[in-house]
Amino acid sequence: MSGVALILGATSDIARACAHRYGAEGYTLQLAGRDPEALEADAQDLRLRHRVKVSVHRFDVLEADGFAPFLDALPTLPDTAICAVGFMGNQGASEKDPQAAALIMRSNYEGPAMILGLLAERMALRGHGVLIGISSVAGDRGRASNYIYGSAKAGFTAFLSGLRNRFHGTDLHVVTVKPGFVATRMTEGMDLNPRLTALPEQVAEAIWQAEKHRRDVIYVKPVWRVIMQIISALPEFLFKRTRL
Amino acid sequence: MLLSGWGRYPRAEGRLSAPRNEAEVAALVRGGGITPRGMGRAYGDPAIGAHAVSTRHLDRMLAFDEATGQLVAETGVTLGEIIKAFLPRGWFPSVTPGTQFVSLGGAIAADVHGKNHHAEGAFGAFVDWIDLMGPEGQILRCSRGENADLFHWTLGGMGLAGFILRAAIRLKRVESGWIRQTTLAAPNLEAALEAFEATYDATYSMAWIDCAATGARMGRSIVMNGEHARLSDLPPARRAQPFAARGHLSPRVPFDFPGFVLNPWTIRAFNELYYLMGRRGAGTRLTGWEPFFYPLDAIRDWNRIYGRRGFMQFQCVVPLATRAEGLRAILDAITRSGAGSFLAVLKRFGPQESRLSFPMEGYTLALDFPVNHRSLDLMPDLDRITADFGGRFYLAKDSRISAETLRRTDPRWQAFAAMRRETGLAQAFTSAQASRLGL
Repeated sequence: MSGVALILGATSDIARACAHRYGAEGYTLQLAGRDPEALEADAQDLRLRHRVKVSVHRFDVLEADGFAPFLDALPTLPDTAICAVGFMGNQGASEKDPQAAALIMRSNYEGPAMILGLLAERMALRGHGVLIGISSVAGDRGRASNYIYGSAKAGFTAFLSGLRNRFHGTDLHVVTVKPGFVATRMTEGMDLNPRLTALPEQVAEAIWQAEKHRRDVIYVKPVWRVIMQIISALPEFLFKRTRL
Repeated sequence: MLLSGWGRYPRAEGRLSAPRNEAEVAALVRGGGITPRGMGRAYGDPAIGAHAVSTRHLDRMLAFDEATGQLVAETGVTLGEIIKAFLPRGWFPSVTPGTQFVSLGGAIAADVHGKNHHAEGAFGAFVDWIDLMGPEGQILRCSRGENADLFHWTLGGMGLAGFILRAAIRLKRVESGWIRQTTLAAPNLEAALEAFEATYDATYSMAWIDCAATGARMGRSIVMNGEHARLSDLPPARRAQPFAARGHLSPRVPFDFPGFVLNPWTIRAFNELYYLMGRRGAGTRLTGWEPFFYPLDAIRDWNRIYGRRGFMQFQCVVPLATRAEGLRAILDAITRSGAGSFLAVLKRFGPQESRLSFPMEGYTLALDFPVNHRSLDLMPDLDRITADFGGRFYLAKDSRISAETLRRTDPRWQAFAAMRRETGLAQAFTSAQASRLGL
């Protein structure tokens, strides 16, 4: 039987692909984002293609005060929640501007962690649920080129790991997704190696498979697991010399 | 990045933007000099330019009316997606070209035709309205009753009449996903043309034509007709799930074939085999919608069999009055040149009145040629023969005709070019093809 999936940050390319993947499985969808009006067309598209129920909700990851009311207002507590919120920001600018850095940290760590934390409490109370956090390979090791974003994602990865550890043995499952390069708006115009780059649809498929098979941490393209293992294994005295 | 069409010839450096919403499209349009690009399935250069704007992310279905079959969708939705969503509910595109991987906007811009052109018209006949973005980013609803001029320029206008944002199209009711297909082998061109005329009342018809055959066998063809199978046409076991499609998208061409794979001998052998198999399979049978409408979609990336240099498609239409002489002259030029076309398709067009669309009453011939000297030498001859017989060319397939050839064969485009200059469309929308043809 299909359940209810909540998608946080529903306007992103990966989120849209996830909505279609879960919609194709017959899930009732709850789309949440900063601009609910912009989500209406997506909701209509999902209804037409998959003949599923779709609702649209206002959600801003930077407004922690709004989290509880947001969850209270959902038609039902979802069976699956996917957090696709993310903000790449500008590394260079946020090295000098604490406000800019804080925005990246709050968007990628603080907000996503807190909302999934609250969802976990409610799901645990009910007895079951799946929480899926889209983190990043950038969080596996801090690099000069994007350590502000990377450190926030590292925090999010650690939070998801802790949540998974805490609820082990219950019917609450936590999935950490590290997509690697994805051909999305975030990466448009970057010169990415096509062999390392996934499509949003592939990320969505990997997420669905991870939910189905109860995986813990997934890399969408398997090659990324190898790459990140090598990067993580480099001794610091070597790693600090690299320009990755 | 390097942009090309489906034929992978020509290729040109260009920027590719991918807007996510109307406001972003408007900002790009106001910047000027953009080339709208859908799925990149036009063969030549209509969707390549210095700044191509992809419609891939403008891909939402917005409304569907069960009573009339009217679907409102954004420009980037593909026919394949429409079939996936609506065939299980008993609806099918009213007109479809030979691939399902075309966008709605692309189908309108090229006013594509299908195997049912003679019976039901081109894609545009089933377009109720179009939301079109003009040079200033303003949006106009265009239909036969409202901004009718612009509506008619947009059908077949190759994306040069404005940026197609959304459209309402009418789907047709079908009782199953099956086609009742009748196949017959025509031993030469005359027999093929006769077969088309004799089966003019069939909803779908097309022929695969062997352009390697010479002499008495010149123009021999496998002619295929089809009707949407009714529930009562299906074997009882199939009636419970009449829309269940058979067959899947499978093998992918994994790499570029080296140039020698396609040569006059392999092409002749393939054509021989295809004809013999077609003749053996003559008769009536039920075929799934995919193999009937989209035989080539089954081999994804089939354009790679032409190797890295790519291929060109030559597609012309010859008027009804000169059909036999015109087609014979073209086939004759091909066989004399020694260039062979691997895939050649012949199809009867019905009458069509339009501002810019390709179809006119007559016969259309579509041929694929690998890009090499022999083909490039042959093309101008084919252009000339087509022009001499009063024919014209399909810009969705074209990568190389000259501005002079277009002027000679299809003066309608000059009025379009003048309109574009007067209204600012020429500054806002362009393409490599538009520059080549002086549009």
